Amino acid sequence: MPGPIQSIERAAAVLRLLASGARRMGVAELARALELPKPTVHGILRTLQLVGFVEQSPDSGKYQLGAALFHIGSSYLDGNELRTRALNWSDSLASRSMESVRIGTLHENQVLVVHHVFRPDNSRQVLEVGALLPAHASALGKVLLADDPVGLGLADDEPLKAYTAATITDLDRLGDALEQVRQRGWASDVEELVEGEVSLAAPIRDRRAVTVGAVGISGPVERLCDEHKQPRTDLVSYVREAARSISRELGAIPW
Amino acid sequence: MSTYIAAIDQGTTSSRCIVFDHGGAIVSVAQKEHRQIFPKPGWVEHDAEEIWANVLDVVHGALQKASLTVHDLAAVGITNQRETTLVWDKATGRPVHNAIVWQDTRTDQLVKELGEQNRFRDKCGLPLATYFSGPKVRWLLDHVDGLRDRGERGEVLFGTMDTWLIWKLTGRHVTDVTNASRTMLMNLETLDWDDELVDAIGVPRAMLPEIRSSAEVYGTATGTLEGVPVASALGDQQAALFGQTCYSPGEGKCTYGTGSFLLVNTGDKPVVSENGLLTTVGYKIGDQPAAYALEGAIAVTGALVQWFRDKMGLIGSAPEIETLARSVEDNGGAYFVPAFSGLFAPHWRSDARGVIAGLTGYIDKGHIARAVLEATAWQTREVVDAMNADSGVELTTLKVDGGMTANNLLMGFLSDVLDVPVVRPIVAETTCLGAAYAAGLAVGYWSDTETLRENWHKAAEWLPTMDARTRDKGYRKWKKAVERTVGWIDEDDNDE
Repeated sequence: MPGPIQSIERAAAVLRLLASGARRMGVAELARALELPKPTVHGILRTLQLVGFVEQSPDSGKYQLGAALFHIGSSYLDGNELRTRALNWSDSLASRSMESVRIGTLHENQVLVVHHVFRPDNSRQVLEVGALLPAHASALGKVLLADDPVGLGLADDEPLKAYTAATITDLDRLGDALEQVRQRGWASDVEELVEGEVSLAAPIRDRRAVTVGAVGISGPVERLCDEHKQPRTDLVSYVREAARSISRELGAIPW
Repeated sequence: MSTYIAAIDQGTTSSRCIVFDHGGAIVSVAQKEHRQIFPKPGWVEHDAEEIWANVLDVVHGALQKASLTVHDLAAVGITNQRETTLVWDKATGRPVHNAIVWQDTRTDQLVKELGEQNRFRDKCGLPLATYFSGPKVRWLLDHVDGLRDRGERGEVLFGTMDTWLIWKLTGRHVTDVTNASRTMLMNLETLDWDDELVDAIGVPRAMLPEIRSSAEVYGTATGTLEGVPVASALGDQQAALFGQTCYSPGEGKCTYGTGSFLLVNTGDKPVVSENGLLTTVGYKIGDQPAAYALEGAIAVTGALVQWFRDKMGLIGSAPEIETLARSVEDNGGAYFVPAFSGLFAPHWRSDARGVIAGLTGYIDKGHIARAVLEATAWQTREVVDAMNADSGVELTTLKVDGGMTANNLLMGFLSDVLDVPVVRPIVAETTCLGAAYAAGLAVGYWSDTETLRENWHKAAEWLPTMDARTRDKGYRKWKKAVERTVGWIDEDDNDE
């Protein structure tokens, strides 16, 4: 078994130091406290900043703990809890949209389906709780990636898999798509995972406005899109209303 | 044209109003809790005036949230906590005492004095128990000064919560057959007050409400709901049966809450249980014949998960039990029988107390979490077996509702131990939906029960995957664990 990795130990020491004080610290200050050369500390900070564990003040250039660290440490929401709290609103979304509803959370760069409501037409359907969906090719996944400070940055070098001709496989294009998701507050996948299938989703946020899941509907392109293959605005608003209702249930301040 | 139906659910801890549209979908919800009054250990009361004020608040709130007025309502329906008992002054409308809640056990001694447990079962379908309304009214007559004389003269009125609300809304003194079937005073065959029962329990006829069907216009509301027909009343579990559209013999539902209640429609004849179930009226629509039901009441289901959370502290919230239970493959051989206050249906053993059986050094908290969830499924299995034996009809699908249906592990396991599909409908609020459906039928908003069936949609379905051998072995172990709970209480346990 190999010994401890020095750079991780040093990074942990930097995080501990930043967590110990109420104020921001500069590179020189940190280097002095840790008895390390400034370039070494600077390198560690750059990497930690990249993954969102530290943030640098644009004014003073000093460092503090980043949002991603809080995300990991305290915003964990049990998937079973999320399903329970979302039950009434996801039912209501299925009734209004007449489509099936899924709620997902991010799990090792994939979307874990934690709740599934059947399309309300009494046709034969199978419960898909526990299934995994590719994050880059589903509306649920795009919502989760868009608000995940670590997600894209840490995506490994594996190329994004193409499921259909419409799947986004280019990282830059995906980055642009996620920026659009952040701006408009909802995501769509138009035949990007399955030919003829469309999904729409919006973020579920907790009381600290951290995205803890996504809720969405899916169905055939003929029902979910207009004649220009754009998602129907009435369905988008149902999805967003459901997401807001669930967020309120989790204590989010209405927005 | 009025386009919505409102349902008032006057429950044990809160009152709610839900407005439904023609498709049976929820348009708006308002809810308000009321005080639980505990004057002594075992006593539970509600302030009926507070409940009435809350009902008006939630009706107003539900209309306001959806920007509706009373003119948008075709009718209002009522569903209520069952058995809770109130007596009020006919002239002033003031309650003479707080309402005595169904959980209240103050009539314990009185019930023993009334005789052998099954004395009235043939006529009213119920065993003598503190649970039912008749003994509660009798307690009030015995303990409130001059109440018996005033009752004989018809100056005071008795009612369950449906009767109280209909009286406040319309000025009519009526109850419905489902609520009346929980008093021990109604004859299941005639659907009217029974002279022998009324005399034996000792309640003056003059204070009893008129028994009507569950779906008809009792009167027109005044005040906040001015002009709206008050058109249904059903006890909460019966309303859930109606909301789940169980309209044919053999169709049933189980509502999973603190306790669980399995009701199965047995058609137009009451079936007297030989297996520890209650015989009750399911519903009666206008002039049509009543539909009867068998009821299996399980005292502790969701309450065991709450106990595991609050008293054991192994989970932070009730849903987390699923996460903990999934940390292991199976129960490791542990079985948990939550006979916290004895065993209810189908055993009815008050000398039983809870056990965890099958403990070994291998068992960890995950196994116990599994055993906690499985207890709900095995208790349902016992009640379903009793139901099949009594009704002669095999249950082919279990329709479920209530909070615990969010637990996928439990629902899957339930399907496994029953060996039938378990289905959850898309509107989890089946209690309110049932009251709305009955009211809508009464005023012609919906034409017939077939239309209502079309509104029922499956939101989830769990299919059995367990092999027969595993199921049989598990059930055998469960029964052995149950045997180990009985006879725990000794004569001198109640001594100080």
